[in-house]
Amino acid sequence: MNLAAATNENLAQISNTLIYSAMAVYTLAFLAHIAEWVFGSRSKVGRTAAALTAPAPAVTVQVRGKEGGTAVLDKPKVVTRAAPGARDVPDGPGAAGGTVKGDLYGRIAIALTVVAFAVQAGGVAARAFSVQRAPWGNMYEFSITFSTVLVGAYLVFLTAGKNVRWMGLPLVGTVLIDLGIATTWLYTASDQLVPALDSYWLWIHVSTAIFCGAVFYLGAVGTLLYLFRDSYESKLARGAKPGAFLTSVMERLPSAASLDKFAYRVNAAIFPLWTFTIIAGAIWAGDAWGRYWGWDPKEVWSFITWVAYACYLHARATAGWKGRKAAVLALIAFACWLFNYYGVNIFVDGLHSYA
Amino acid sequence: MSKTETDADAGTGAGAGAGAANTAAEDGERRDSEASARLSTAPAEDRPGEDRLIGGPTLGIVGWIRWFWRQLTSMRVALILLLLLSLGSIPGSLIPQNSVDDLKVRAWKEENEAWTPLFEKLQLFDVYSSVWFSAIYILLFVSLIGCIVPRSWQFVEQLRSRPPGAPGRLNRMPAYTTWRTDAEPEEVREAALSMLKRRRFRAHTVGTAVAAEKGYLREAGNLVFHVSLIVMLVAFAAGQLFKSEGGKLIVEGDGFSNVLPHYDDFRSGALYDTDDLVPFTFMLDSFTGTYERTGPQRGTPRTFEAAVTWSEPGGKEKKSKIEVNKPLVVDGTKVYLLAHGYAPVVTVRDGRGKVVYQDAVPLLPRDANVTSTGAIKVMDGYRDKNGKKRQLGFSAFFVPTFAGHGEGNMFSTFPGLDAPILALTGFTGDLGVNAGLPQNVYQLETRNLKQFKDKDGNKLAKRLLPGETMKLPDGAGSITFEPEVKEWASFQISQSPGNGWALGGAIAAIGGLVGSLFVRRRRIWVRAVRGDDGVTVVEMAGLGRGESPRLPEELTELALTLHERTPAPAEGTSSDSPPDAPDAPDAPDDRPNDSDDDRSDSVEVSAEGAGK
Ligand code: HEM
Repeated sequence: MNLAAATNENLAQISNTLIYSAMAVYTLAFLAHIAEWVFGSRSKVGRTAAALTAPAPAVTVQVRGKEGGTAVLDKPKVVTRAAPGARDVPDGPGAAGGTVKGDLYGRIAIALTVVAFAVQAGGVAARAFSVQRAPWGNMYEFSITFSTVLVGAYLVFLTAGKNVRWMGLPLVGTVLIDLGIATTWLYTASDQLVPALDSYWLWIHVSTAIFCGAVFYLGAVGTLLYLFRDSYESKLARGAKPGAFLTSVMERLPSAASLDKFAYRVNAAIFPLWTFTIIAGAIWAGDAWGRYWGWDPKEVWSFITWVAYACYLHARATAGWKGRKAAVLALIAFACWLFNYYGVNIFVDGLHSYA
Repeated sequence: MSKTETDADAGTGAGAGAGAANTAAEDGERRDSEASARLSTAPAEDRPGEDRLIGGPTLGIVGWIRWFWRQLTSMRVALILLLLLSLGSIPGSLIPQNSVDDLKVRAWKEENEAWTPLFEKLQLFDVYSSVWFSAIYILLFVSLIGCIVPRSWQFVEQLRSRPPGAPGRLNRMPAYTTWRTDAEPEEVREAALSMLKRRRFRAHTVGTAVAAEKGYLREAGNLVFHVSLIVMLVAFAAGQLFKSEGGKLIVEGDGFSNVLPHYDDFRSGALYDTDDLVPFTFMLDSFTGTYERTGPQRGTPRTFEAAVTWSEPGGKEKKSKIEVNKPLVVDGTKVYLLAHGYAPVVTVRDGRGKVVYQDAVPLLPRDANVTSTGAIKVMDGYRDKNGKKRQLGFSAFFVPTFAGHGEGNMFSTFPGLDAPILALTGFTGDLGVNAGLPQNVYQLETRNLKQFKDKDGNKLAKRLLPGETMKLPDGAGSITFEPEVKEWASFQISQSPGNGWALGGAIAAIGGLVGSLFVRRRRIWVRAVRGDDGVTVVEMAGLGRGESPRLPEELTELALTLHERTPAPAEGTSSDSPPDAPDAPDAPDDRPNDSDDDRSDSVEVSAEGAGK
């Protein structure tokens, strides 16, 4: 027994070291991302303005060509049209701005992020082994798991070839803040769960909750940048000339339409899982406390978050709410999620307050 | 003019599909919107000017009602109601709620007396059953029903009818492609029809074009989701009305029978009938709590387990274990383990040594290490040395693991039963239990009691080890802390019908959501007509519902497949001349119609993935 306790404490120690090391590597990745932005800024900009003011190209169509007797054909080319009212603007080249140097720093940043992710995942795993349960018993553990999943989701998007590199800087910045808060204010020595938390529903409910939060976060970053980029684009469309810094940053982001689409797809894809998370929580509460739904503050705020995301989905299908208003709703919804995550544990007490 | 020609052509098709009286002069706009209509069953968005009637003198009662109903069932109002619902839930999470913790409500009221009347008027201590909160969700659900019913009919109609014919100008659709081929138009259409059908599109030929549609599950899923919300609400409401919930504290060796008088406390919904209590009995054989013994987690509970023997009338006795997350379920009634504590066994004797009281006394835990307090009440049977009937009361303080003498305070240092100690102080007189007022069993009402004093006139108090006895002064008797300490467990016995429905609704809701959010509903049209030069011109266009990033990819893929089967002319057309698609929007007289879209007809953006 004592021996086991000692190994556990060793493991807990190792976990802490790994988390701190991950923070160090993330810091390097953060700096590399900044270098990427700085060196990328030398690139030429103004694609958006050009696209917005250029005369519309004529319709160019389509299949042709054959060589010799047998017909060797090009593929038919599909022409897409933006929805009425949307701007047809190309995506920016990304933080590196198409420069070689910027791109190099960007790649370094991503490589560092991968390393930091591996180290951090090791830290979470060591923590799990040290407490011999899922590492989700208190806010410190939530926080380190949350940012691990966050980075993991981002890396999955990257490997899948999605255009998400623009997210690197804000993402790594947030991870650093999250880990900073976790290690300074939320740190809890590893300990056991009280029996009420000890259920396989813990695995189901908490893991999906953390996962949903991570993906909602990606959606929120997309939404926020959409709002900036959208006002930038409408400024250009009105013929105004934004400042050099703003232009330099905004030109490198994807177009407002792409950001909006990204945010919508991410939020919509995760909404069913969030619904499931709440239902799983209710089932667990039913087993643990004898009632499925008791309007405990944590329950209230998951409900609010759920309704807020439903609002967002509805807004996108409602005239007069599409676009910026819907985006604001998405941000409010994510703020609700954040409050549920930090605020409720810290400011409100209820059955769920095990911080 | 070629435009008119094809319009007329397609007109017959669209006319057949939409039943509209198309004239040759109608503009492409309307046809486009007809073609894209009914890709969803969402309520029509209010167009400016539609509600011109507001305030108008012609709006009678019926008109008002109709107007109000139309507003209530619109997407905009549903959105506002949803927003209100989330805003309305907030106060309940910040202000203590009666339904969650009424002690906290009382404390809050004492602290904020000035605000209390206002808060009470606004029902802020009962937000989730308040009039205003109920109003929000009832309106929302009326709106929901008002929205679902017509949408369902519309959907059924869509399923029964066939995809609408191609719009006049396919190149105005979000994804478009065209090529020329030697094949006959009929061949192309046939090939397109079979290709689309093979891919499980609903497809048919309308005039010169094939119209196809797929992804009806999106709408079905959406309807299922919204219907499930209603099912869940109804199940929830039924659960509230018909539920019952009661608590019972049981000491090891004691039993419980599921009838009203056996409950310590009992709450039930408005429509609950106590005859509905499921008849069963159970006995608490033993309660086991184990705790971490070493390390930084010393004292953290590891298991709580109540071993019970239960039976239904006429049934065999069965043994079960009830754990914190694992209730006992008997015919829909669930027995949850809520809390536990210790019940030291004490024996009270009168002056002549006669046992007047012997029982396990459940004590209430005060902290995580189960430092407990309570009261022992000897109500009758006791006579003092003069033979006079009196009542005795003891206030008890119990620790399962005593830190040791000289360790200062009397608090427990471990929740397990390692070194129990029972501290007692005694009273005599009138316990006040006969006054008819409900009394807390864990507290003495000392108003009419006199505390025993020792020889020196100090209050009599003693810490007892198991087996030790405290003598009461002047031959008033004694109290013995028997070596046996029992445990008690408290249970919540609840019955809430409708849970099955709520769960079913929840699962259906998720399923519906997945369909609604992941299935893409889209239409594909393939038009094949003979061009002016006698070569067949094929045009394909796709229209997706909502966000459909994969539509261009899909169209490309379909176009390639169809293209293979309907090859281009062996000789002829020069590679770069745009084929004169019959309805190519090149005619200057088209411009006025395009005013909404002056950036013209398409920017060539080769769609992502189009090359795959
Ligand atoms: C009460 C009146 C309601 C009406 C009139 C309504 C109407 C609609 C309509 C027409 C859609 C299809 C929009 C689309 O597919 O983009 C939709 C989608 C949806 N509704 Fe509702 N709804 C109502 C209530 C609710 C409620 C109470 C919720 C849940 C909180 C909800 C959640 C959703 C979700 C998640 C979608 C999917 C959005 C999407 O497909 O993008 N709805 N609703």
